[in-house]
Amino acid sequence: MAAPSPIDRAPRSRVGILALQGDVREHADAIREIGGEPVSVRLPRDLVGLDALILPGGESTTMRNLIDRYGLREPIRAFADGGAPILGTCAGMILLAARIANGDEPVLGLLDVTVRRNAYGRQLDSFEADLSVPALGAEPLHGVFIRAPVVSELGGGVEVLARDADERPIAVRQGNILATAFHPELTSDRRVHRLLLEMIGQ
Amino acid sequence: MATIETSTWTTKVGLARMLSGGVIMDVVTADQAKLAQEAGAVAVMALERVPSDIRKFGGVARMSDPKLIEEIKAAVSIPVMAKCRIGHIAEAQILQQLEVDFIDESEVLTPADEEHHIDKHEFRVPFVCGCRDLGEALRRIGEGAALIRTKGEAGTGNIVEAVRHMRAVTRGIRELAGMRDDELYAAAKELRAPLDIVRQTATLGELPVPNFSAGGVATPADASLMRQLGAQSVFVGSGIFKSEHPERVARAIVMATAHWDNAEILAEVSTGLGEPMHGLELSEIPAEERLALRGW
Repeated sequence: MAAPSPIDRAPRSRVGILALQGDVREHADAIREIGGEPVSVRLPRDLVGLDALILPGGESTTMRNLIDRYGLREPIRAFADGGAPILGTCAGMILLAARIANGDEPVLGLLDVTVRRNAYGRQLDSFEADLSVPALGAEPLHGVFIRAPVVSELGGGVEVLARDADERPIAVRQGNILATAFHPELTSDRRVHRLLLEMIGQ
Repeated sequence: MATIETSTWTTKVGLARMLSGGVIMDVVTADQAKLAQEAGAVAVMALERVPSDIRKFGGVARMSDPKLIEEIKAAVSIPVMAKCRIGHIAEAQILQQLEVDFIDESEVLTPADEEHHIDKHEFRVPFVCGCRDLGEALRRIGEGAALIRTKGEAGTGNIVEAVRHMRAVTRGIRELAGMRDDELYAAAKELRAPLDIVRQTATLGELPVPNFSAGGVATPADASLMRQLGAQSVFVGSGIFKSEHPERVARAIVMATAHWDNAEILAEVSTGLGEPMHGLELSEIPAEERLALRGW
Protein backbone atom coordinates (compact mmCIF):
# COMPACT_ATOMS: atom_id res chain seq x y z
CA MET A 1 0.00 0.00 0.00
CA ALA A 2 1.26 3.47 -0.83
CA ALA A 3 2.25 5.80 1.95
CA PRO A 4 -0.83 7.63 3.18
CA SER A 5 -1.28 11.10 1.79
CA PRO A 6 -1.62 13.84 4.40
CA ILE A 7 -5.38 13.77 4.00
CA ASP A 8 -5.60 10.10 5.12
CA ARG A 9 -3.76 10.75 8.38
CA ALA A 10 -5.53 10.26 11.67
CA PRO A 11 -7.35 13.44 12.66
CA ARG A 12 -5.43 15.71 15.01
CA SER A 13 -6.23 15.26 18.68
CA ARG A 14 -8.58 17.95 19.90
CA VAL A 15 -7.31 19.08 23.29
CA GLY A 16 -9.54 21.34 25.36
CA ILE A 17 -7.90 23.95 27.60
CA LEU A 18 -9.96 25.39 30.41
CA ALA A 19 -9.75 29.02 29.30
CA LEU A 20 -11.38 30.88 32.18
CA GLN A 21 -8.13 32.25 33.62
CA GLY A 22 -4.44 31.42 33.71
CA ASP A 23 -1.68 30.52 31.27
CA VAL A 24 -4.02 29.20 28.58
CA ARG A 25 -1.97 30.47 25.63
CA GLU A 26 1.18 28.71 26.79
CA HIS A 27 -0.66 25.36 26.91
CA ALA A 28 -2.27 26.05 23.54
CA ASP A 29 1.16 26.75 22.02
CA ALA A 30 2.53 23.52 23.52
CA ILE A 31 -0.34 21.44 22.10
CA ARG A 32 -0.03 23.04 18.66
CA GLU A 33 3.72 22.38 18.68
CA ILE A 34 3.20 18.62 19.04
CA GLY A 35 0.51 18.42 16.38
CA GLY A 36 -2.65 18.68 18.49
CA GLU A 37 -5.49 21.14 18.06
CA PRO A 38 -6.11 23.33 21.14
CA VAL A 39 -9.73 24.26 21.86
CA SER A 40 -10.82 26.87 24.44
CA VAL A 41 -13.23 25.55 27.06
CA ARG A 42 -15.26 28.11 28.99
CA LEU A 43 -18.78 26.65 28.98
CA PRO A 44 -20.07 23.05 29.29
CA ARG A 45 -20.94 22.88 25.58
CA ASP A 46 -17.26 23.44 24.70
CA LEU A 47 -16.38 19.96 26.02
CA VAL A 48 -18.23 18.20 23.19
CA GLY A 49 -15.97 16.26 20.83
CA LEU A 50 -12.72 16.73 22.77
CA ASP A 51 -10.10 13.97 23.13
CA ALA A 52 -8.37 15.40 26.23
CA LEU A 53 -8.52 18.36 28.59
CA ILE A 54 -5.94 20.61 30.25
CA LEU A 55 -6.55 22.60 33.44
CA PRO A 56 -3.88 25.32 33.26
CA GLY A 57 -1.88 27.23 35.86
CA GLY A 58 -3.39 30.35 37.38
CA GLU A 59 -5.31 31.05 40.57
CA SER A 60 -7.38 28.10 41.72
CA THR A 61 -9.80 30.26 43.77
CA THR A 62 -10.57 32.35 40.68
CA MET A 63 -11.04 29.30 38.48
CA ARG A 64 -13.29 27.66 41.10
CA ASN A 65 -15.55 30.71 40.95
CA LEU A 66 -15.73 30.71 37.17
CA ILE A 67 -16.24 26.93 36.98
CA ASP A 68 -19.23 27.11 39.31
CA ARG A 69 -20.88 30.17 37.81
CA TYR A 70 -21.59 28.34 34.53
CA GLY A 71 -21.93 24.80 35.90
CA LEU A 72 -18.71 23.18 34.62
CA ARG A 73 -18.01 20.81 37.54
CA GLU A 74 -20.34 17.96 36.58
CA PRO A 75 -19.61 18.13 32.83
CA ILE A 76 -15.85 17.93 33.52
CA ARG A 77 -16.36 14.99 35.90
CA ALA A 78 -18.50 13.24 33.28
CA PHE A 79 -15.78 13.93 30.69
CA ALA A 80 -13.22 12.24 32.99
CA ASP A 81 -15.59 9.34 33.71
CA GLY A 82 -15.77 8.75 29.97
CA GLY A 83 -12.05 7.93 30.10
CA ALA A 84 -10.59 10.96 28.36
CA PRO A 85 -7.24 12.06 29.83
CA ILE A 86 -6.96 15.28 31.84
CA LEU A 87 -3.75 17.16 32.68
CA GLY A 88 -3.74 19.69 35.52
CA THR A 89 -0.71 21.94 36.11
CA CYS A 90 -0.27 23.86 39.39
CA ALA A 91 -3.72 25.42 39.95
CA GLY A 92 -5.03 22.64 37.69
CA MET A 93 -3.65 20.07 40.14
CA ILE A 94 -5.52 21.82 42.96
CA LEU A 95 -8.76 21.70 40.94
CA LEU A 96 -8.32 17.95 40.37
CA ALA A 97 -7.50 17.01 43.98
CA ALA A 98 -9.96 15.14 46.20
CA ARG A 99 -8.73 17.03 49.28
CA ILE A 100 -7.12 20.44 49.96
CA ALA A 101 -4.93 20.65 53.06
CA ASN A 102 -6.01 24.04 54.44
CA GLY A 103 -9.67 23.02 54.55
CA ASP A 104 -10.85 24.55 51.26
CA GLU A 105 -13.60 22.53 49.61
CA PRO A 106 -12.28 20.37 46.78
CA VAL A 107 -13.46 21.30 43.27
CA LEU A 108 -13.43 18.29 40.91
CA GLY A 109 -12.22 15.52 43.23
CA LEU A 110 -10.90 13.41 40.35
CA LEU A 111 -7.46 12.66 41.82
CA ASP A 112 -7.16 10.79 45.11
CA VAL A 113 -4.60 13.06 46.76
CA THR A 114 -4.43 15.86 49.30
CA VAL A 115 -2.71 19.00 47.99
CA ARG A 116 -1.23 21.84 49.96
CA ARG A 117 -1.55 25.21 48.23
CA ASN A 118 1.42 27.64 48.13
CA ALA A 119 3.47 24.89 49.78
CA TYR A 120 6.84 26.53 49.08
CA GLY A 121 5.79 30.00 50.26
CA ARG A 122 5.21 33.26 48.43
CA GLN A 123 6.49 34.49 45.05
CA LEU A 124 10.01 35.07 46.46
CA ASP A 125 10.22 31.29 46.95
CA SER A 126 9.17 30.45 43.39
CA PHE A 127 11.97 28.49 41.73
CA GLU A 128 13.29 26.40 38.85
CA ALA A 129 15.02 23.03 39.18
CA ASP A 130 15.85 19.92 37.16
CA LEU A 131 13.64 16.97 38.07
CA SER A 132 14.09 13.27 37.68
CA VAL A 133 10.97 11.83 36.01
CA PRO A 134 11.83 8.20 35.13
CA ALA A 135 8.47 7.64 33.39
CA LEU A 136 9.48 10.29 30.84
CA GLY A 137 13.01 8.99 30.27
CA ALA A 138 16.47 9.43 31.75
CA GLU A 139 16.88 13.06 30.68
CA PRO A 140 15.95 15.40 33.58
CA LEU A 141 12.85 17.53 33.15
CA HIS A 142 13.23 21.22 33.96
CA GLY A 143 10.46 22.30 36.34
CA VAL A 144 9.24 25.87 36.91
CA PHE A 145 7.45 26.20 40.26
CA ILE A 146 5.42 29.37 40.83
CA ARG A 147 3.73 29.68 44.21
CA ALA A 148 3.40 25.95 43.68
CA PRO A 149 1.39 23.32 45.55
CA VAL A 150 2.65 19.87 46.60
CA VAL A 151 0.90 16.57 47.16
CA SER A 152 0.85 16.08 50.93
CA GLU A 153 -1.05 12.75 51.02
CA LEU A 154 -1.42 10.05 48.41
CA GLY A 155 -4.49 7.87 47.97
CA GLY A 156 -4.29 4.27 46.76
CA GLY A 157 -3.67 3.75 43.08
CA VAL A 158 -1.90 7.07 42.58
CA GLU A 159 1.44 6.69 40.83
CA VAL A 160 4.18 9.18 41.74
CA LEU A 161 6.08 10.36 38.65
CA ALA A 162 8.40 12.86 40.38
CA ARG A 163 9.31 14.11 43.85
CA ASP A 164 10.91 17.33 45.11
CA ALA A 165 14.10 17.60 47.21
CA ASP A 166 12.07 16.78 50.32
CA GLU A 167 10.62 13.66 48.66
CA ARG A 168 7.17 15.21 48.33
CA PRO A 169 5.25 14.17 45.19
CA ILE A 170 5.10 16.92 42.55
CA ALA A 171 3.93 14.90 39.53
CA VAL A 172 1.33 12.15 39.81
CA ARG A 173 -0.87 9.98 37.65
CA GLN A 174 -4.04 8.05 38.49
CA GLY A 175 -5.60 6.28 35.50
CA ASN A 176 -6.53 9.00 33.00
CA ILE A 177 -5.68 11.87 35.37
CA LEU A 178 -2.22 13.47 35.20
CA ALA A 179 -1.11 16.36 37.42
CA THR A 180 2.06 18.40 37.99
CA ALA A 181 2.82 21.00 40.66
CA PHE A 182 5.12 22.73 38.14
CA HIS A 183 4.47 24.29 34.73
CA PRO A 184 5.62 22.15 31.78
CA GLU A 185 3.91 24.74 29.55
CA LEU A 186 6.52 27.36 30.54
CA THR A 187 9.51 25.39 29.23
CA SER A 188 10.25 24.01 25.77
CA ASP A 189 10.35 20.32 26.83
CA ARG A 190 7.10 18.81 25.54
CA ARG A 191 7.28 15.37 27.19
CA VAL A 192 4.42 15.98 29.64
CA HIS A 193 2.09 17.21 26.89
CA ARG A 194 3.10 14.27 24.67
CA LEU A 195 2.28 11.89 27.51
CA LEU A 196 -1.20 13.44 27.68
CA LEU A 197 -1.73 12.80 23.96
CA GLU A 198 -0.43 9.23 24.33
CA MET A 199 -3.02 8.62 27.06
CA ILE A 200 -5.88 9.29 24.61
CA GLY A 201 -7.71 6.03 23.98
CA GLN A 202 -5.66 4.06 26.54
CA MET B 1 16.13 17.81 42.47
CA ALA B 2 19.57 19.22 41.97
CA THR B 3 20.18 22.98 41.95
CA ILE B 4 17.32 25.23 42.84
CA GLU B 5 17.24 28.73 41.41
CA THR B 6 14.80 31.25 42.85
CA SER B 7 13.66 34.64 41.54
CA THR B 8 14.63 33.93 37.93
CA TRP B 9 13.27 35.87 34.97
CA THR B 10 11.14 32.80 34.13
CA THR B 11 9.54 32.69 37.59
CA LYS B 12 8.91 36.46 37.49
CA VAL B 13 7.28 36.51 34.05
CA GLY B 14 5.70 33.16 34.90
CA LEU B 15 3.70 34.69 37.75
CA ALA B 16 2.53 37.43 35.38
CA ARG B 17 1.39 34.72 32.93
CA MET B 18 -0.54 33.00 35.74
CA LEU B 19 -2.51 36.22 36.28
CA SER B 20 -3.70 36.29 32.65
CA GLY B 21 -7.44 36.45 32.13
CA GLY B 22 -7.94 37.57 35.73
CA VAL B 23 -8.77 40.77 37.55
CA ILE B 24 -6.38 42.52 39.96
CA MET B 25 -8.38 44.59 42.42
CA ASP B 26 -7.31 47.59 44.53
CA VAL B 27 -8.18 47.05 48.21
CA VAL B 28 -7.61 49.29 51.24
CA THR B 29 -8.56 46.90 54.08
CA ALA B 30 -8.26 43.19 54.88
CA ASP B 31 -12.06 42.87 54.61
CA GLN B 32 -12.04 44.32 51.12
CA ALA B 33 -9.23 41.90 50.22
CA LYS B 34 -11.34 38.95 51.38
CA LEU B 35 -14.33 40.21 49.45
CA ALA B 36 -12.14 40.57 46.34
CA GLN B 37 -10.81 37.03 46.71
CA GLU B 38 -14.31 35.59 47.19
CA ALA B 39 -15.52 37.49 44.14
CA GLY B 40 -12.78 35.83 42.06
CA ALA B 41 -9.95 38.37 41.97
CA VAL B 42 -6.71 36.83 40.76
CA ALA B 43 -4.64 39.17 42.97
CA VAL B 44 -5.14 42.24 45.13
CA MET B 45 -3.27 45.55 45.19
CA ALA B 46 -2.84 46.66 48.82
CA LEU B 47 -3.24 50.44 49.13
CA GLU B 48 -4.07 53.05 51.76
CA ARG B 49 -6.28 54.95 49.34
CA VAL B 50 -7.75 54.04 45.96
CA PRO B 51 -6.67 56.40 43.16
CA SER B 52 -9.89 58.48 43.17
CA ASP B 53 -9.27 59.26 46.86
CA ILE B 54 -5.59 59.97 46.19
CA ARG B 55 -6.84 62.56 43.70
CA LYS B 56 -9.19 64.12 46.26
CA PHE B 57 -6.72 63.95 49.15
CA GLY B 58 -3.93 65.67 47.25
CA GLY B 59 -0.47 66.09 48.76
CA VAL B 60 2.30 63.53 48.34
CA ALA B 61 1.09 59.94 47.82
CA ARG B 62 3.58 57.36 49.17
CA MET B 63 3.96 53.61 49.70
CA SER B 64 1.34 52.17 52.10
CA ASP B 65 2.04 51.45 55.76
CA PRO B 66 3.63 47.97 56.06
CA LYS B 67 1.06 47.15 58.76
CA LEU B 68 -1.77 47.45 56.22
CA ILE B 69 0.16 45.31 53.71
CA GLU B 70 0.79 42.62 56.35
CA GLU B 71 -2.90 42.57 57.33
CA ILE B 72 -3.93 42.12 53.73
CA LYS B 73 -1.30 39.42 53.16
CA ALA B 74 -2.63 37.54 56.18
CA ALA B 75 -6.24 37.81 54.98
CA VAL B 76 -5.96 36.18 51.54
CA SER B 77 -4.22 33.28 49.76
CA ILE B 78 -4.07 34.97 46.33
CA PRO B 79 -1.01 37.08 45.36
CA VAL B 80 -0.69 40.49 47.03
CA MET B 81 0.79 43.45 45.14
CA ALA B 82 1.79 46.84 46.51
CA LYS B 83 2.83 50.14 44.98
CA CYS B 84 6.03 52.12 45.35
CA ARG B 85 6.81 55.56 43.95
CA ILE B 86 8.55 55.79 40.57
CA GLY B 87 12.30 55.64 41.20
CA HIS B 88 11.93 55.05 44.95
CA ILE B 89 14.44 52.24 45.45
CA ALA B 90 14.06 52.22 49.24
CA GLU B 91 10.27 51.82 49.15
CA ALA B 92 10.77 48.92 46.73
CA GLN B 93 13.34 47.34 49.09
CA ILE B 94 10.84 47.61 51.95
CA LEU B 95 8.09 45.99 49.87
CA GLN B 96 10.46 43.17 48.92
CA GLN B 97 11.32 42.72 52.59
CA LEU B 98 7.58 42.41 53.27
CA GLU B 99 7.50 39.60 50.68
CA VAL B 100 4.76 41.06 48.53
CA ASP B 101 4.28 38.99 45.36
CA PHE B 102 4.52 41.88 42.86
CA ILE B 103 5.63 45.52 43.13
CA ASP B 104 3.86 48.16 41.05
CA GLU B 105 6.23 51.06 40.34
CA SER B 106 3.28 53.34 39.93
CA GLU B 107 2.46 56.78 38.55
CA VAL B 108 -0.55 56.79 40.89
CA LEU B 109 1.88 57.69 43.69
CA THR B 110 3.95 60.89 43.58
CA PRO B 111 7.18 60.21 41.66
CA ALA B 112 10.43 60.18 43.67
CA ASP B 113 12.74 60.53 40.68
CA GLU B 114 11.99 62.57 37.57
CA GLU B 115 14.69 60.94 35.47
CA HIS B 116 15.25 57.34 36.54
CA HIS B 117 12.97 54.42 37.09
CA ILE B 118 14.06 51.62 39.43
CA ASP B 119 16.58 49.05 38.09
CA LYS B 120 14.13 46.21 38.53
CA HIS B 121 16.61 43.50 37.53
CA GLU B 122 18.29 44.13 40.89
CA PHE B 123 15.22 42.90 42.79
CA ARG B 124 14.02 39.39 43.52
CA VAL B 125 10.35 40.37 43.48
CA PRO B 126 8.78 40.88 40.04
CA PHE B 127 7.66 44.40 39.01
CA VAL B 128 4.77 45.74 36.98
CA CYS B 129 5.02 49.19 35.36
CA GLY B 130 2.62 51.43 33.47
CA CYS B 131 3.00 52.76 29.94
CA ARG B 132 1.25 55.06 27.51
CA ASP B 133 2.89 53.80 24.34
CA LEU B 134 5.23 51.14 23.01
CA GLY B 135 8.46 53.03 23.72
CA GLU B 136 7.57 53.45 27.38
CA ALA B 137 6.59 49.76 27.62
CA LEU B 138 9.90 48.62 26.10
CA ARG B 139 11.98 50.95 28.29
CA ARG B 140 10.30 49.48 31.38
CA ILE B 141 10.92 45.93 30.15
CA GLY B 142 14.53 46.90 29.56
CA GLU B 143 14.75 47.96 33.21
CA GLY B 144 13.34 44.58 34.25
CA ALA B 145 9.53 44.91 34.44
CA ALA B 146 8.02 41.40 34.23
CA LEU B 147 4.57 42.72 33.46
CA ILE B 148 3.32 45.83 31.64
CA ARG B 149 0.02 47.59 32.11
CA THR B 150 -1.23 50.47 30.07
CA LYS B 151 -1.72 53.43 32.41
CA GLY B 152 -5.09 54.84 31.48
CA GLU B 153 -6.03 57.65 33.85
CA ALA B 154 -6.41 56.15 37.33
CA GLY B 155 -9.24 57.19 39.60
CA THR B 156 -11.46 58.57 36.83
CA GLY B 157 -13.75 55.65 35.98
CA ASN B 158 -13.23 56.88 32.42
CA ILE B 159 -11.89 54.29 30.00
CA VAL B 160 -10.85 56.69 27.24
CA GLU B 161 -7.17 56.98 28.25
CA ALA B 162 -6.78 53.22 28.75
CA VAL B 163 -8.10 52.74 25.22
CA ARG B 164 -5.75 55.39 23.83
CA HIS B 165 -2.73 53.77 25.50
CA MET B 166 -3.61 50.19 24.55
CA ARG B 167 -4.20 51.18 20.93
CA ALA B 168 -0.87 53.04 20.92
CA VAL B 169 0.97 49.96 22.18
CA THR B 170 -0.65 47.47 19.80
CA ARG B 171 -0.31 49.83 16.83
CA GLY B 172 3.36 50.28 17.66
CA ILE B 173 3.87 46.52 17.79
CA ARG B 174 2.15 46.02 14.41
CA GLU B 175 4.46 48.63 12.90
CA LEU B 176 7.56 46.96 14.35
CA ALA B 177 6.45 43.53 13.18
CA GLY B 178 6.19 44.83 9.62
CA MET B 179 9.72 46.27 9.53
CA ARG B 180 12.84 44.91 7.85
CA ASP B 181 15.63 43.98 10.24
CA ASP B 182 17.74 46.96 9.16
CA GLU B 183 14.88 49.32 10.01
CA LEU B 184 14.79 48.23 13.65
CA TYR B 185 17.91 50.28 14.55
CA ALA B 186 16.14 53.53 13.71
CA ALA B 187 12.96 52.25 15.34
CA ALA B 188 14.82 51.58 18.58
CA LYS B 189 16.25 55.10 18.45
CA GLU B 190 12.80 56.60 17.92
CA LEU B 191 11.24 54.45 20.62
CA ARG B 192 14.18 55.26 22.94
CA ALA B 193 14.22 51.58 23.84
CA PRO B 194 16.93 48.86 23.96
CA LEU B 195 17.56 47.32 20.54
CA ASP B 196 17.45 43.71 21.74
CA ILE B 197 13.99 44.19 23.23
CA VAL B 198 12.79 46.02 20.12
CA ARG B 199 14.02 43.07 18.01
CA GLN B 200 12.40 40.54 20.32
CA THR B 201 9.07 42.38 20.16
CA ALA B 202 9.22 42.63 16.37
CA THR B 203 9.85 38.88 16.09
CA LEU B 204 7.17 37.87 18.59
CA GLY B 205 4.58 40.32 17.30
CA GLU B 206 3.77 41.07 20.93
CA LEU B 207 5.52 42.30 24.06
CA PRO B 208 7.98 39.80 25.56
CA VAL B 209 6.02 40.02 28.84
CA PRO B 210 2.24 40.00 29.41
CA ASN B 211 0.34 43.21 28.71
CA PHE B 212 -2.53 44.16 31.01
CA SER B 213 -4.71 47.23 31.21
CA ALA B 214 -5.36 49.70 34.04
CA GLY B 215 -6.73 53.14 34.78
CA GLY B 216 -10.42 53.79 34.25
CA VAL B 217 -11.99 50.31 34.19
CA ALA B 218 -15.34 50.71 36.00
CA THR B 219 -17.80 48.29 34.36
CA PRO B 220 -17.86 44.73 32.98
CA ALA B 221 -18.12 46.23 29.50
CA ASP B 222 -14.92 48.24 30.11
CA ALA B 223 -13.10 45.01 31.02
CA SER B 224 -14.35 43.30 27.87
CA LEU B 225 -13.39 46.31 25.75
CA MET B 226 -9.81 46.25 27.02
CA ARG B 227 -9.49 42.51 26.40
CA GLN B 228 -10.84 42.97 22.87
CA LEU B 229 -8.16 45.61 22.28
CA GLY B 230 -5.43 43.20 23.37
CA ALA B 231 -5.16 43.35 27.17
CA GLN B 232 -4.62 39.91 28.71
CA SER B 233 -6.04 41.07 32.05
CA VAL B 234 -7.30 44.16 33.84
CA PHE B 235 -6.45 46.08 37.00
CA VAL B 236 -9.50 47.65 38.61
CA GLY B 237 -8.88 50.44 41.10
CA SER B 238 -11.64 52.71 42.30
CA GLY B 239 -14.21 51.05 40.02
CA ILE B 240 -15.17 48.37 42.51
CA PHE B 241 -15.16 49.84 45.99
CA LYS B 242 -16.42 53.25 44.83
CA SER B 243 -19.51 51.67 43.27
CA GLU B 244 -22.87 51.22 44.99
CA HIS B 245 -22.57 47.40 45.21
CA PRO B 246 -18.86 46.46 45.30
CA GLU B 247 -19.38 42.71 45.55
CA ARG B 248 -21.77 42.59 42.60
CA VAL B 249 -19.50 44.78 40.49
CA ALA B 250 -16.43 42.73 41.44
CA ARG B 251 -18.08 39.44 40.44
CA ALA B 252 -19.43 40.92 37.23
CA ILE B 253 -16.02 42.28 36.17
CA VAL B 254 -14.41 38.88 36.88
CA MET B 255 -17.03 37.17 34.69
CA ALA B 256 -16.69 39.78 31.95
CA THR B 257 -12.89 39.45 31.89
CA ALA B 258 -13.11 35.65 31.49
CA HIS B 259 -16.01 35.69 29.00
CA TRP B 260 -14.90 38.90 27.27
CA ASP B 261 -16.03 37.82 23.79
CA ASN B 262 -19.43 36.40 24.78
CA ALA B 263 -22.01 39.19 24.45
CA GLU B 264 -24.76 37.02 25.94
CA ILE B 265 -22.83 36.63 29.21
CA LEU B 266 -21.70 40.28 29.14
CA ALA B 267 -25.34 41.40 28.93
CA GLU B 268 -26.28 39.08 31.78
CA VAL B 269 -23.52 40.19 34.15
CA SER B 270 -24.00 43.89 33.34
CA THR B 271 -27.62 43.77 34.50
CA GLY B 272 -28.72 45.33 37.79
CA LEU B 273 -25.32 46.33 39.15
CA GLY B 274 -26.54 49.58 40.70
CA GLU B 275 -24.71 52.88 40.44
CA PRO B 276 -21.14 52.54 39.11
CA MET B 277 -18.43 54.83 40.48
CA HIS B 278 -19.00 58.46 39.59
CA GLY B 279 -16.71 59.10 36.65
CA LEU B 280 -14.54 62.07 35.74
CA GLU B 281 -14.46 63.64 32.31
CA LEU B 282 -10.81 64.04 31.30
CA SER B 283 -11.22 67.69 30.30
CA GLU B 284 -12.16 68.41 33.95
CA ILE B 285 -8.68 67.34 35.07
CA PRO B 286 -5.92 69.96 34.73
CA ALA B 287 -2.80 68.68 32.96
CA GLU B 288 -0.70 68.90 36.14
CA GLU B 289 -3.13 66.51 37.86
CA ARG B 290 -2.97 63.85 35.13
CA LEU B 291 -1.34 60.80 36.65
CA ALA B 292 -0.53 59.15 33.32
CA LEU B 293 1.94 61.92 32.46
CA ARG B 294 4.20 60.78 35.29
CA GLY B 295 6.99 58.40 34.27
CA TRP B 296 9.48 58.76 31.44
